[in-house]
Amino acid sequence: MGFIRNSARSLLLWEIVEGMALTFSYMFRKRVTINYPYEKGPISPRFRGEHALRRYPNGEERCIACKLCEAICPAQAITIEAEPRDDGSRRTTRYDIDMTKCIYCGYCEEACPVDAIVEGPNFEFATESREELFYDKTKLLANGERWEREIAANIAADAPYR
Amino acid sequence: MAEVDIKNMTLNFGPQHPAAHGVLRLIMELDGEVIERCDPHIGLLHRGTEKLIEYKTYQQALPYFDRLDYVSPMCMEHAYVLAIEKLLGLAVPARGQAIRVLFSEITRLLNHILNITSHAMDVGAITPALWGYEEREKLMEFYEGVSGARLHANYFRVGGVHQDLPAGMAEEIGAYIDGFHNYVDDLETLLTENRIFKQRNVDISVIGPEEAMDWGFSGVMLRCTGLPWDLRKSQPYDGYEQYDFDIPVGKNGDCYDRYLCRVEEMRQSCRIIKQVLETMPDGPVASPDRKVVPPPRAEMKQSMEALIHHFKLYTEGFKVPAGETYTAIEAPKGEFGVYLVADGTNMPYRCKIRSPGYVHLAALDHLCKGHLLADSVAVIGSLDIVFGEIDR
Repeated sequence: MGFIRNSARSLLLWEIVEGMALTFSYMFRKRVTINYPYEKGPISPRFRGEHALRRYPNGEERCIACKLCEAICPAQAITIEAEPRDDGSRRTTRYDIDMTKCIYCGYCEEACPVDAIVEGPNFEFATESREELFYDKTKLLANGERWEREIAANIAADAPYR
Repeated sequence: MAEVDIKNMTLNFGPQHPAAHGVLRLIMELDGEVIERCDPHIGLLHRGTEKLIEYKTYQQALPYFDRLDYVSPMCMEHAYVLAIEKLLGLAVPARGQAIRVLFSEITRLLNHILNITSHAMDVGAITPALWGYEEREKLMEFYEGVSGARLHANYFRVGGVHQDLPAGMAEEIGAYIDGFHNYVDDLETLLTENRIFKQRNVDISVIGPEEAMDWGFSGVMLRCTGLPWDLRKSQPYDGYEQYDFDIPVGKNGDCYDRYLCRVEEMRQSCRIIKQVLETMPDGPVASPDRKVVPPPRAEMKQSMEALIHHFKLYTEGFKVPAGETYTAIEAPKGEFGVYLVADGTNMPYRCKIRSPGYVHLAALDHLCKGHLLADSVAVIGSLDIVFGEIDR
């Protein structure tokens, strides 16, 4: 009996028919692709994307140039120079991140004691030239201003777990 | 007519061949269409990871492990953190262990989906790959949810894991895993009985248990020969002994058996994930030892002592007492081991990485000899090689 069944299945290309039917049935299922630049997948509050330097609500820079991020960075992508500002507070004079070296491990954000350097939710920062990826302090602070609302919301959402 | 000697043809396969699974270059000596000799040339993705790790602190070296086998990143991290914990004698809280097991098994699913579907694509079936990427996408959302990155997670840390699962994540994983068998069933409908798939895989690159052991095989490559060798059973780590699962073994040791073993391993992984979710203990996810694990942020901002620990850990890192260890885990591809020599400083003296793919690739000549050129593609697909870990 088994022999007849197997031969019949083989002769009728049964497994091929079955496979084709299954593939065809997928045509009527809900579509899973998204229309990317207009639709985007969800990202979690922990997402590690483009870096940003944040400011306090009164406009003061958060970064105090403790250089923990520079020390922990496994790819040595961060360069910081610091000296006292006119009012005596310690601030960075240079804060560069080489985004071509960065491996997006998130250690800088973890290390920062004042939540100044963060990896924000932005992942669309492709550039036309390599030079544009050598971020300096101005660029990072501008990112911070641009993404502050999302970053603050993400940090608040993730606070119980950090 | 005079007799003519025909020289074997030497064929260069790769390194940019889509069936080479990365940057594999093969020099093949062909007699007609039959492979006489097959010589893998590796090193095109060599990044000097082992040497780099010698110049990084223990914590800084962790992200480099994600980049070894980039198809199963968390399993790579797992071996490394276990090695350090062994040297430190550090205990991991139960919840940390459970989360690690959970994500190791999710990683196994990720790896096997990619391997099975790309193996199928190598022998001519493109649909499984398209479906597989959808499932991988969903699994990578879990990765992203816990660690913030879809691939290079950097989530397992010495002493536990980085952060706890976000609220609702465990239920989401559970719901997903409950429906996962549908995908595996569909995959099997397309492949398991398919005559083209079987013709391309059955009795290709047969290897016996003795030979497989002589070549140093592990993982599915060894289990397909019938040996039930699995480090999760034979030397359980992180509480694998609590979970009930079976080790699928093959019979013939050919490409088709490897495929069947991987499919069954996916089902077993689902079983483990369900058990982990059912028995997930409460409590901390990382060791409370402040000399190794950084304090939580809220504490760091309030307590001076915690701040000092934070600064110490993020600059100097922690010191590991002198000693050496070989710690291996059952990665989806086989036995992935880290041989770590510590000299009492904050950086490893030596970190040798034992990657399963390297050992399996070394046997490629043995596995391909006498087969047709087209079969080499099926063999490479079934070996499950990823060049991140082979070239390191």
